[in-house]
Amino acid sequence: MSSVAQKSGFGATLWDWLTTVDHKKIGILYLLGGLFFFVLGGIEAMIIRLQLMTPNNDLVSAGLFNDLITMHGTTMIFLAAMPILFGFMNAIMPLQIGARDVAFPFINSLGFWMFAFGGLFLNISWLFGEVPDAGWTSYASLSLHSPGHGVDFYAIGLQIAGGGTLMAGINFLVTIINMRAPGMTYMRMPLFTWTTFVASAMILFAFPPLTVGLFFLTFDRMFSGNFFDHTMGGNTIIWEHIFWIFGHPEVYILILPAFGIFSEIFSVFSRKRLFGYTAMVFATVLIGFLGFMVWAHHMFTVGLGPTANAIFAVATMAIAVPTGVKIFNWLLTIWGGSIKVTTPMLYALGFIPSFVMGGVTGVMQGAAPLDYQLHDSYFIVAHFHYVIVGGVVLAIFAGLHYWWPKMFGTMLNELLGKITFVFFFVGFHMTFLIQHWLGFWGMPRRVWTFMDGQGWNIANLVSTIGALLMAIGFTVMLINIIMTTIKNERVGNDPWGDGRTLEWAIPSPPPFYNFPATPLVRGLDTLWIEKMEGSKEMITPAEPITDIHMPHGSIIPMLMTLGLFIAGFGAMFHQETSWGLGVLIFGLAFTFVAMAARSLKDDLGYYVTKEQILQDQENIKRGRN
Amino acid sequence: MSEVQMIKRSPAEQSLSQRRAKEAMRSQVAMFALMIFLTLVSFSMVFAHLNDVAGFSKFFIIPTLFLFAAVQVGLQLYYFMHMNEKGHGIPQMFMFTGAMLGFLIPLTFVTIVWW
Repeated sequence: MSSVAQKSGFGATLWDWLTTVDHKKIGILYLLGGLFFFVLGGIEAMIIRLQLMTPNNDLVSAGLFNDLITMHGTTMIFLAAMPILFGFMNAIMPLQIGARDVAFPFINSLGFWMFAFGGLFLNISWLFGEVPDAGWTSYASLSLHSPGHGVDFYAIGLQIAGGGTLMAGINFLVTIINMRAPGMTYMRMPLFTWTTFVASAMILFAFPPLTVGLFFLTFDRMFSGNFFDHTMGGNTIIWEHIFWIFGHPEVYILILPAFGIFSEIFSVFSRKRLFGYTAMVFATVLIGFLGFMVWAHHMFTVGLGPTANAIFAVATMAIAVPTGVKIFNWLLTIWGGSIKVTTPMLYALGFIPSFVMGGVTGVMQGAAPLDYQLHDSYFIVAHFHYVIVGGVVLAIFAGLHYWWPKMFGTMLNELLGKITFVFFFVGFHMTFLIQHWLGFWGMPRRVWTFMDGQGWNIANLVSTIGALLMAIGFTVMLINIIMTTIKNERVGNDPWGDGRTLEWAIPSPPPFYNFPATPLVRGLDTLWIEKMEGSKEMITPAEPITDIHMPHGSIIPMLMTLGLFIAGFGAMFHQETSWGLGVLIFGLAFTFVAMAARSLKDDLGYYVTKEQILQDQENIKRGRN
Repeated sequence: MSEVQMIKRSPAEQSLSQRRAKEAMRSQVAMFALMIFLTLVSFSMVFAHLNDVAGFSKFFIIPTLFLFAAVQVGLQLYYFMHMNEKGHGIPQMFMFTGAMLGFLIPLTFVTIVWW
């Protein structure tokens, strides 16, 4: 995006996006990729709810229903929620700490492409008609038993996507540790940056177990391994442990950035400093730490024995303490503030009661004896949808409205935004609140259909109507996005008018080098301090404007991932076809050649000249007046 | 192109950095000697056990070897990989967190999976 408006053809634009290493563009790619999979997972959810609308329904077959629930869970967690949050982290976090880009722009691009191809690999299973059907947890005995290639798609697709996630996490860690602007100490970082930091650290420790588990599963299914086969001396329970050692931190990896987004929104639209900043940071770190100590609470009914169950039950309940600290800090941030109920703020206000309800049912399940009653019932379904939809999805929608102007330079329509919220929020509670009772009344989760006369009919109908309302809400949001994009009314630096953090001090969208001169940070809520002092430029520069060193774009990340994608098909078919092994070797060799090309060819980047930066500044000023 | 700045050290700075380098070298050599010594002791203990010297039972030797190994790892990290120098707080935090998880998770496995 140069200062001089350049008309470029479709091919050039496409090439630009395929090769980009700019954190803002990769953020947009993550966001679009995540939204695509969100729609896919949403369609699966709608079919599930339509199937369960009436008793003895046969809209879909039992086998297809298993495919749908598995792909709904897997898609929503790995391919929708995480990438969309990564989109925000990529686009916003470097701006918040005053950095020009992430620490490793090339690896950032590689991380995105691994997510994209991993997600593609998983969903190509629909075209083959052999879809993962062992649940998103893919417990080993069932997943080893599953015929066809369904679970193979799961193992390899998640392996590729998981590798990308690990890279993104490490990249964010290095960025936050090393690339903060002068004066940006750890205790001056905005809460979204802090939660990105803690979530990334959790990715660093949680994803390697998933990688190991998925490799075990791959070996067992495709290369005649016996890690989980008890008849050959394996242990099927180990998969559950490995999966939840990853899986429990994973849900905190999702919710912590959501907390960060809401912390920003509460303080901006209450026009107050975040209440108890230090306690918030401490609570975030503590949640991150405790998240690793509780995985066995997913396995109370496995038969670990009373001692193990008791230890993990107590550890689980301990997490409610830092979470409570956060909830009260948010309430006290709003308390006495000059509140502006914008769309993001509406989501934030709706989030507090919804998430608290999800948290309370979580503590209920944390009590091991009660969990024996609740296990595998619709109560569980209600609980995790309350925390994930009531926490993460509301945060995603809030963040989408809040940061849309910064990412795209246009403002989403507020009225349509509020309509979206009303439909989605009402639909969400209608869908999932009643499911708690369905659980109490004995409806097991993951059932294809149910018999008439068990008292579940009305509740299931209500639930399905709620799901339709959510779909309407989401459709309104898509319409909003399309309308806003077509209208294309450009906005200034700080369209909400109350921005407190550095990202609102620069144009929307920012120039590709972000900051003409690295900013000097003089406290928490950097921009707010400048505003209070009546500063004209809104940024105190820490250095004079000089030439800026920038990296070149590269197609290599995409090619590397393409190799892994091809190798995945080779691994899957190598037992039944003669060409499988060849394709596996070819794919891996392709990746290694791409890696060698990257290593052997020096790419020293280029410089943006001082003259061009000054020219840009001039243009921005003229455009404003 | 960005300008490259050359900053000359003052004589005081020069002598300070020389002294620091000397101290660092001295501690490196001392630690290296200590590590060689620990290795020699380890081998001698096992050799003594194999030759049935009284007092060198395996219940004494195995824990001692583990202790020596831990010391060696510490020395390796802190002296030869320079973790004792400034600016290593964050890497230390991540390494210790990882080591703790790497210890706790197998511990739960041996206590509740294969109990």
